Amino acid sequence: MTARIFHREYEPRAPAKIYMLLQRFLIRLATMLITLFGVAVVVFVVIRVAPGDPIAMMLPPGATDADIARLRALYGLDKSIVEQFFIWLSGVVRGDFGTSISLRQDVLGLVFNRLPATLELAIVALVMAVAIGGVTAILGARERGTAVEAGIDIASGAALSIPDFLWGLVLILLFGVLVPIFDISGRVSPQLDLPFVTQFYFFESLLRLRFDLTWDLLKHMLMPAVALALPLAAIISQLLKQSLKEVLDLDYVVLARVKGFSETQVILREALKNAALPTLTLVGVQFTFLIGGTVIVERLFSYEGLGNMAIDAVINRDLPLIQGIVLVFALLFVLINLAVDMMYALLNPRLRHG
Amino acid sequence: MDKARMWRRGVSPRLWLAGGWLLLALLAAIFAPLVAPQDPLAQDLMLERLPPFWLDGAEPGYWLGTDSLGRDLLSRLIFGGRIAFIVAFAAAIAACLVGSTLGLIAGYFGGWADRIISRIVDIWMAFPPVLFAILLVAVLGTGLSSVILAIAIIDWTRFCRVIRAEAMGQSRMDYVENARIAGYGRIGIMLREVLPNVVPSIVALLSLEMGIAVIVEAILSFVNLSISADDPTWGGIIAEGRLSIHQAWWVLVFPLITLILTVLSFSQFGEALKARFDPVLR
Repeated sequence: MTARIFHREYEPRAPAKIYMLLQRFLIRLATMLITLFGVAVVVFVVIRVAPGDPIAMMLPPGATDADIARLRALYGLDKSIVEQFFIWLSGVVRGDFGTSISLRQDVLGLVFNRLPATLELAIVALVMAVAIGGVTAILGARERGTAVEAGIDIASGAALSIPDFLWGLVLILLFGVLVPIFDISGRVSPQLDLPFVTQFYFFESLLRLRFDLTWDLLKHMLMPAVALALPLAAIISQLLKQSLKEVLDLDYVVLARVKGFSETQVILREALKNAALPTLTLVGVQFTFLIGGTVIVERLFSYEGLGNMAIDAVINRDLPLIQGIVLVFALLFVLINLAVDMMYALLNPRLRHG
Repeated sequence: MDKARMWRRGVSPRLWLAGGWLLLALLAAIFAPLVAPQDPLAQDLMLERLPPFWLDGAEPGYWLGTDSLGRDLLSRLIFGGRIAFIVAFAAAIAACLVGSTLGLIAGYFGGWADRIISRIVDIWMAFPPVLFAILLVAVLGTGLSSVILAIAIIDWTRFCRVIRAEAMGQSRMDYVENARIAGYGRIGIMLREVLPNVVPSIVALLSLEMGIAVIVEAILSFVNLSISADDPTWGGIIAEGRLSIHQAWWVLVFPLITLILTVLSFSQFGEALKARFDPVLR
């Protein structure tokens, strides 16, 4: 059916393109919902199969059986697993993630309170990764075949092999202890008075031009962000350099060179545009890995984000909170993949013209 | 290609270093009771926070110093290596068996098998892996087998994705078609023709996965969810070191160096094997 629409000659190009994108979007949206449902099922099964009674941990010693039963009923734990799942799922769809057992607060509220801190960290890390990876890729492509390129290759190889957890520890030692210029724990100095209305402290401090606060936030955020950024920067550097080197041999680039542009100009004005597309797709997938890395890196730096709260939730066996956090992470991951997929479809000339 | 030149010139010494380190660490772990200079659990508050041997105040026999309970760091690292290598081998092999099997089936048979397996992989990819690991160990209960199981449950997708793509490529090759015409069964072709051709990728991934498993085990013991808190683990030592970082930096530095060397060695092996078997690079 779709094919017929494409091949009608009088069909204008633009609506066909929009139709194609819309169709692609809807298919992706459907798979995304299936994935999210699968995630919900897996989390629910994993947690409910768990031995150990979360209710028992909430009660003071000497609680009667009636107390326990009342509390079980309150949290819906007295019903069958399938019933519990659908009660929980229908709640989730309505935005009701339940009440945290350890913190006695609404799960959605807790998650939204912490999510901005994690998003800020991840976005700052992403920007750093793109900047570091982009600059080293361009430098490596310009200096291809020299010691500079070899040095970049070795550095990116090491940055890639060492995971964010270990980078975090290395940074703590270097810039927290040896040369103590950055803070190694927390999100912001506790004595500071924060005038913020959102939880996006860093971005809000920039908008309010409170650069004193920005600097304090940055001092806390920089090391975890670098730890998260380094492996991704290495991947970007390697892939972009490879694509650049391929593009640099093409005729139109050679032509630009003949016209008298310098090599840097050739790369920035001609090659980069066409070499960036494969990197873009990769960055999308890798960005979800980076967000996954925030869990342990936040723990390492006592940064008050979602990941740090998630580990506490697991240790406290706080089932509703764990479910809520994992689902929010999963939602974030599939949304990023969807966004990257649509961006790719929009930018890729081959897909753009059907 | 420049990578091929790198392989001939540069990788070999690095590979030797990587192999040497892994062999040394593995032997030390296997013969830990013979090699370790002290009892890794013995606490002695008279010996707390001794510095490593080249600094003032060091005690002979405590080469890398002691932690805040006076336990010998080198002995703890050596015994911690036992857990690290057991987890590395067992978890990587388990993840490999599950992931490669499913990947082979999905890639070779395609159709519904592929659709279902790929959907499951998608679901798995939507989990933050570290959080998933912590959750699984919390659910399964701490202990060596839980850690191994958790890593295998999470990381099989790494094998599945790569092997699926490779098997898919292989199954379109002429030799598979020829085998079919020659009358071989589908499962026979998969096991006798396709599998041997994806084994190099499996071996390379296995080496990389061992490095990843070592890290995940360290992360789990860092948040105190690996094996019992008393047994020395690399992540556990790092957690102690993170706490006493301003008083005794060596408690963090030495396990960190150990972990970095181990991870780099496993990944060097993986990369070298990949390059070795890759017909384009060779």
